[in-house]
Amino acid sequence: MDALPSNSEAAAVSSHDASSHGHGAHDDHAHGHHELGFLRSYVFSTDHKVIGIQYLWGGLFFLFFGFLLMLLMRWQLAFPGQPLTWVNASNHMMYQAHQILYHLGLMAAAPVDPVPVAADPNDPPLLQLIFGKDQMPGGVMTGDFYNTLGAMHGTIMVFFGIVPVAFAAFGNYVMPLQIGAVDMAFPRLNMSSVILFFASAVLMCSSFLVPGGAAKSGWTSYTPLATIADQPLLITPHFLDLFGFLPVWVTTEVPKYSGNLWGMHLFWWHVGTSFKWPMWLTGQSIWIIAMAFNITSSLLSSVNFITTIVQLRVKGMGWMRMPFFVWSQFVTAFLLLLAFPPLEAAALMQLMDRLAGSSLFSPGGLVVGGAPLVSSGGGTPLLWQHLFWFLGHPEVYVLVLPGLGIITEIIANNSRKPIWGYNQMVYGVMVLGFLSMIVWAHHMYLTGMGTAVSSFFQLTTIIISVPTILILSSLIISLWGGAIRFTSPMLWATAFLPLFGIGGLTGIPLAFNAPDTFLHDSYYIIAHFHYVIAPGTIFALFAGIHYWYPKATGRMMSEFWNKVHFWPTMILMNCVFFPMFLQGMAGMHRRMYDGGATYEMLNKNVLHWNVFISEAAWLMGLAQIPFIINFCFSWKYGRKVSDNPWEATTLEWAAPSPPPHGNFTGPIIAYRGPYEYSVPGQPTDFTPQWEPLPPISKPVRISGPPPEEERNIGFPALG
Amino acid sequence: MEIPYTFTARPDTGLYNGKLGIWLFLASEVMLFGAIFTAYLFVRLGAEDGTWPDHIQSVPLGFANTCILITSSITMVWAWVALKERKFNTYRVALAITILCGVVFLCIKAKEYRDKYVHFGFFIKEEAMVKYLPELTKLDAFYVAVPSQHAFEVRGHLHEQTANSFVIVPDTNPKYLVDLSKKDAAAPAASESAGGEEQTFTIDKADVGRWGNLLPAYGTYYAIYFLVTGLHALHIIGGIIVMLYFLTIGSRLYKRNPEQLSNRIEVTGIFWHFVDLVWITVFPILYLT
Repeated sequence: MDALPSNSEAAAVSSHDASSHGHGAHDDHAHGHHELGFLRSYVFSTDHKVIGIQYLWGGLFFLFFGFLLMLLMRWQLAFPGQPLTWVNASNHMMYQAHQILYHLGLMAAAPVDPVPVAADPNDPPLLQLIFGKDQMPGGVMTGDFYNTLGAMHGTIMVFFGIVPVAFAAFGNYVMPLQIGAVDMAFPRLNMSSVILFFASAVLMCSSFLVPGGAAKSGWTSYTPLATIADQPLLITPHFLDLFGFLPVWVTTEVPKYSGNLWGMHLFWWHVGTSFKWPMWLTGQSIWIIAMAFNITSSLLSSVNFITTIVQLRVKGMGWMRMPFFVWSQFVTAFLLLLAFPPLEAAALMQLMDRLAGSSLFSPGGLVVGGAPLVSSGGGTPLLWQHLFWFLGHPEVYVLVLPGLGIITEIIANNSRKPIWGYNQMVYGVMVLGFLSMIVWAHHMYLTGMGTAVSSFFQLTTIIISVPTILILSSLIISLWGGAIRFTSPMLWATAFLPLFGIGGLTGIPLAFNAPDTFLHDSYYIIAHFHYVIAPGTIFALFAGIHYWYPKATGRMMSEFWNKVHFWPTMILMNCVFFPMFLQGMAGMHRRMYDGGATYEMLNKNVLHWNVFISEAAWLMGLAQIPFIINFCFSWKYGRKVSDNPWEATTLEWAAPSPPPHGNFTGPIIAYRGPYEYSVPGQPTDFTPQWEPLPPISKPVRISGPPPEEERNIGFPALG
Repeated sequence: MEIPYTFTARPDTGLYNGKLGIWLFLASEVMLFGAIFTAYLFVRLGAEDGTWPDHIQSVPLGFANTCILITSSITMVWAWVALKERKFNTYRVALAITILCGVVFLCIKAKEYRDKYVHFGFFIKEEAMVKYLPELTKLDAFYVAVPSQHAFEVRGHLHEQTANSFVIVPDTNPKYLVDLSKKDAAAPAASESAGGEEQTFTIDKADVGRWGNLLPAYGTYYAIYFLVTGLHALHIIGGIIVMLYFLTIGSRLYKRNPEQLSNRIEVTGIFWHFVDLVWITVFPILYLT
């Protein structure tokens, strides 16, 4: 550990003026010397670091919330139709404990399958009280509610959990520091992004409370299901005009979806006897509106990120001196910038289909609830799928690339070696970004869009595995010959590599049209993309949290509690997702409300995994508690550390921990590349980017191949 | 703390932050409108033969709007140049004209929307059509077969609605289409009764399957039309709000830092030109077909 600023000094600085650190000693006393109030410093702050932390807390909350939704679903999959009550849950727990004791020979009698106990109608279970009698009557999950949970799990995890943490939180906090900027290029735009994000999140969660429940058409919101979902008019028409002053023509011939459709949606939905709810504001519509907010927020962020990276790099921070994390954020921002707007357009169109009765995504001649749906027709569901997946696939890389960036930083730092193949990784990530925009229709092989189109997307999908494997291989080779320190972040990073690898490699069969026809819509695909995102990206997020925690708080998270968190999570993660490969390859369909029990004859060899997976998932939920405690307690009580506790080289470690407003205490220049670890002739095994070049006589390497004597440092010859 | 390059260009990129930001934002806007135009292509190609509405829009109104927006783009540049030359009063005049053009554009747009709202279409059932054919032909009224709905579409202003019939003033065939496409379908000598005052036409409600005013629910063309022009109008409104700000409160910046104000006007202008460009794409696609 290098010099730790003494406590008295740090205290003196912080008590002096929180807002004027960036000015250094010659602070301008005329202005900029005012204390910001609580609201301006922590709620409506324009400081990129505060915004990053806001995103982090918000994103972590939604990650956990989305995870809880899935835990509810797992009950229904493991024990279809059984009431989810304390009694039944504890009975199952006792049964499993008995099972274990029996197999260990500690109990003589074999356990008996617990008999589900119906809930007392006079004493409704907790979940019925939370979600309502329509959704969980007596603790039994309805099919609609199962669909709701699935849709909201996907939506919340992707758009409200991982993107805010991986892209917005780490990007906002770390990226400006790594390029030596004082803040983002547009601080107020940044603040409006975070406000929009929270607005969208509140809207999305509030949709659980509206009549009919939240969106239930999957996170992909496929039409025409999403167009007609939660349209109570189709079931019970009520002719009560919301905007009474508008002249509304209603035909008398066909009461549903006909004549002047304009007036159709402006009715109240009568819930019970006294409660009225505007019929147009139901779960799916709220989903669309919340997504529009969320998309706008991401869009503004991405404009901000790109401008910051292009414009605010400090002196000396050339493009190829940027840490790989900055590169990954740069490419991610472009993906968000260019792929999100089509979904925004599609969301507007779906909203029109729902609220104005248009048929952009529905063909004519649909039959809903046994009655023909009178609509203009002329649209096509394929259009929605194209527009959705045009976002949806780049979104996968939006989730993954920041994770790869985080892992790169941590591997370089903890293997005490330069990243192997930095240049090829940079070019690789750019190619990856480009290719990710032209592979979207591999999600749609089953739609019947035609073999010619499928062939094209099959080809591009295979090509995209080249840069992905290149980046992952570079990371693995970077470990070779390094003096690896298994610090907390490094534990997660090393686990990331093989698990992300499993996720990636199991995707290759899905790229091909023929095997995809079999594997698509089976549990295989669930296992595949969860391996990419759950042990992949989320492990990277844990790694990043541990890695940059000392920078954000000046304190270290506990290594012991990290291990208590890490090992169960890693083992249980595999227990959850690996059996799904088996289930999927045995042909178990992924959209079964009862986990495939209806088709027991076809699934009988893999059906028993459902209980195992569910129990592993619930235990994994428990395994997150050490992390939550560690994260919260270390904020206040963690071990205090210096500004550069990991002995890292990138610029964020030049700033004080936590960095003040304006980030750096003095002018800063990047003199060298991002990963100069174990450079021969240097006193330490790390040479920070901000350390000036020594006045030496021999020629200094700026770019190009390293001189002969440096070539094989830290890397045994391959030959 | 001072964020660099807010109004001076960074030497190696040649840009100040705002300019790069607005170009990136416009890149996303291209994708937004691009997706809508793609949707247009999808539904246009999927439409039944002959049923895609054409000549439904008022070309004079659309053309007027095109001219107005192009004029406003010119005055926008004028405002920017005036600021660069430090002619503050010219700047205010030019910006005011730009805002005025935007407002006039919206007024004309509102008129077009109003026209759609009071315009109706009726799908007369196939089996009943024989009853109406002679009179429709006599009036030179527009009609088109829609096989998928087993109906013929007729459009017009709703003159009167009684208990069991609609009285409409039907749309007539576009004059230069009569010779081309309707020659075999319509009886000859269709055009003599067309001139003169409004002719009404009565349809029994029992013979009508689906009917409504020309709003998004009526057909995908109208859905796309309202979507793209509505979104475009939102952009115009946004631009007007920003320009109003720079005309009033925002122009105080001129005293402190005229260069920064001119940059802001440049950025506003880039956005405004883009909105103009979107309209120039919309006009031929939706009006001139």
